[in-house]
Amino acid sequence: MIAEAGLAALWLGAALCALQLIAAGFAVRGQGDLAAIVRPVAVAQAALTALAFGLLILLFVRVDLSVALVFENDHSEKPFLYRFAATWGNHEGSMLMWVAILTVAGAAVALFERKLEERTLLATLGGQAAIGLGFYAFLLFASNPFARLFPVPPEGRGLNPLLQDPGLAFHPPTLYLGYVGLSVAFSFAIGALVTRDVGPVFARAMRPWVLGAWIFLTLGITAGSYWAYYELGWGGWWFWDPVENASLMPWLAATALLHSVTVLATRDGLRAWTLMLAVIAFSMSMVGTFLVRSGILTSVHAFAVDPRRGSFLLALLFIYVGGALALFGARVGTVRAGARFDPVSREAGLVANNLLLSAILGIVLVGTLYPLLVEAATGTKLSVGPPYFDAAAGPLALILVAIMAAGPLLRWRRDNLKPLGRRVAPAAILAVVVMVAVKLAAPAIHILSLLGLALAAGLALASVAPLWKRNLMRTPLFMWGMVVAHLGIAVSLAGMACDSSFTVEKLVAARVGETVAVGPYSITLDAVDPTFGANWQALQATLLARRGDGDTLTLTPQARTYWAPPTETSETAIHTAIDGQLYTVLGKQAADGRWQLRLWWKPFVTLIWAGGALVAIGGALALVGRLWRARRKPAEQWI
Amino acid sequence: MKPKNQRLTLALLAVAAIIAAALLALSALKDQAAYFYTPGDVARDHVQPGAAVRLGGMVEKGSLERLPDGVTITFVVTDNAASVPVRFKGIVPALFREGSGVVADGKFDSAGQFVAETILAKHDERYMPPEVAGAMHKTESLKK
Repeated sequence: MIAEAGLAALWLGAALCALQLIAAGFAVRGQGDLAAIVRPVAVAQAALTALAFGLLILLFVRVDLSVALVFENDHSEKPFLYRFAATWGNHEGSMLMWVAILTVAGAAVALFERKLEERTLLATLGGQAAIGLGFYAFLLFASNPFARLFPVPPEGRGLNPLLQDPGLAFHPPTLYLGYVGLSVAFSFAIGALVTRDVGPVFARAMRPWVLGAWIFLTLGITAGSYWAYYELGWGGWWFWDPVENASLMPWLAATALLHSVTVLATRDGLRAWTLMLAVIAFSMSMVGTFLVRSGILTSVHAFAVDPRRGSFLLALLFIYVGGALALFGARVGTVRAGARFDPVSREAGLVANNLLLSAILGIVLVGTLYPLLVEAATGTKLSVGPPYFDAAAGPLALILVAIMAAGPLLRWRRDNLKPLGRRVAPAAILAVVVMVAVKLAAPAIHILSLLGLALAAGLALASVAPLWKRNLMRTPLFMWGMVVAHLGIAVSLAGMACDSSFTVEKLVAARVGETVAVGPYSITLDAVDPTFGANWQALQATLLARRGDGDTLTLTPQARTYWAPPTETSETAIHTAIDGQLYTVLGKQAADGRWQLRLWWKPFVTLIWAGGALVAIGGALALVGRLWRARRKPAEQWI
Repeated sequence: MKPKNQRLTLALLAVAAIIAAALLALSALKDQAAYFYTPGDVARDHVQPGAAVRLGGMVEKGSLERLPDGVTITFVVTDNAASVPVRFKGIVPALFREGSGVVADGKFDSAGQFVAETILAKHDERYMPPEVAGAMHKTESLKK
């Protein structure tokens, strides 16, 4: 009964979604009779998809094996958390989560958006319904999560062990909130193009939604990176895997959008460009969804390979992106040019930020799609990996960081280079000092890492510089947000540079009792014993790590064997110290009885994710600051 | 500057940035893309030493040797048409074994040995990289 109720809720939601589109369409054209139902319908629709999603979770938690999806991905011996999270650890469930978030975001707009002009809001909700309809169709016709199975099998097939981790409960929902949250920005742009209402009021209305999605996207990517780092046991935190790029591309576009929408809100500039970015940002989300969910790539993220799904998603992608771009092309001529500004001004800095972010986005997009296009066109298989992305995107990212340091120190409208030079000088001097010091201390350091460390130091100082001589108690919250977010980038960059240049790696075959030195630690292989968990058994090494005269730490990396489905994984054991992480992996036993151990000392690697968290916190401060100020003062002042 | 000119300038800047990014991307792609080869392709195409290559095929039975350091292995990848000697230092995936499919990323050294940096093997039948699936399919058909 539960599965049928879920399916019925979905069909009902789809019908309401169609109603929302039609009603909004008529209302925007001035036939206002249906205008009053648009908001309630949006809310009812969201309630129905949320209900369907809740019912699917219930089916998974109860391991109802009469549902095909539960049979495929669930197992009664799994701990509760993984039965719960397995709901979205598969294709159909994750697409249901996609639609649920899409409709809930639409309902949130219907309930809470008060600043936007009414017609534009109705057009926005129409846009949201138009997106919704396609994905309902995808869910109902090509990815039904509630399909029954007969005869009912005695036991489920279990979840991919790589996914059996607390990360599964956190990373996909956060990432999806960001990914799909960008649909609101897209719909806002559609709404604005339909009613030709683009200006500071529109920008101020759109900004909190973009910020919200961007915060979740940042958190999701940061969490995903850390998850891959400890789960895969390869010691890396970013692999330029197409699936990672699929999350990075919307983030780059959303970051650009976040900055251009500020220009629009504050100075009424970059009107058309902001709309374009809003379209691009969610288009990148859809490209990502296509890459990850069509089965065109195979990774832990791609679940079932079904060519029909790929074509369906590709068709949706073309319809929405093509439709939005066509609307943009038809209407952009009627969008008035915004206010102008000087080549040396805050606006110009933000334009440079946007150009560089877009260029990096282009590079990532090319590198991600190129192998697919080449294979489709010529049948030649090739892979594009870190060497390409580091070489092409790295230098641009460093230039971007330099501009980021100067940007907040620029005045709006018009500034002069001389006073700017004075404001930037301390940061520039610090960067040079750090560069020289690091080069002297580590002459062999790679040029990108050296520049990364120097720029990180400069950026850190420059990010807090806007607070100089300000009354900190009276500094607005959104300004703190910017400071903290920019500081987060500096922290993250420093972590990346330290990790890539100062990591010590040891790959050894050790006898029990043997001691190996890695970085500041000496590690003794104390024992290797069998152990077991709820649905796995493992060989577990006991490593005793000691740093100088300090206490002895115990690390227990495992080589696990899961029996449902049968898979072998390696569980890393990581010790976090204040200045880095000790990362250990247990390998195979060599013929002479020695054990393979892979050991890393990674100085300051944790800064990478700490920085990501700071960026998200900065975003949250800015969001709260904006909402709070909007509530108190409807007419917002300049930053 | 008039607003219209400013718009034009911005548009031109954007186009210039896109072209620059595209040129940067294409030149990097030319140098860095790793092509997928089977041992037969390697014998035919004379792959340059040092070029990034993805090698796929079957681990030849009886070819796996462990070097005394305990962490380096050598083996031969074959597609029955030709074979390539491979050296790898590291922890091999759980399901890496003789007679089954493998995909290795790395480069050829000047002596014609393939030095693998990473090795992918069949994880389990539901989560198989497409290259491995392709290689497995080939090796399965070769066995018959």
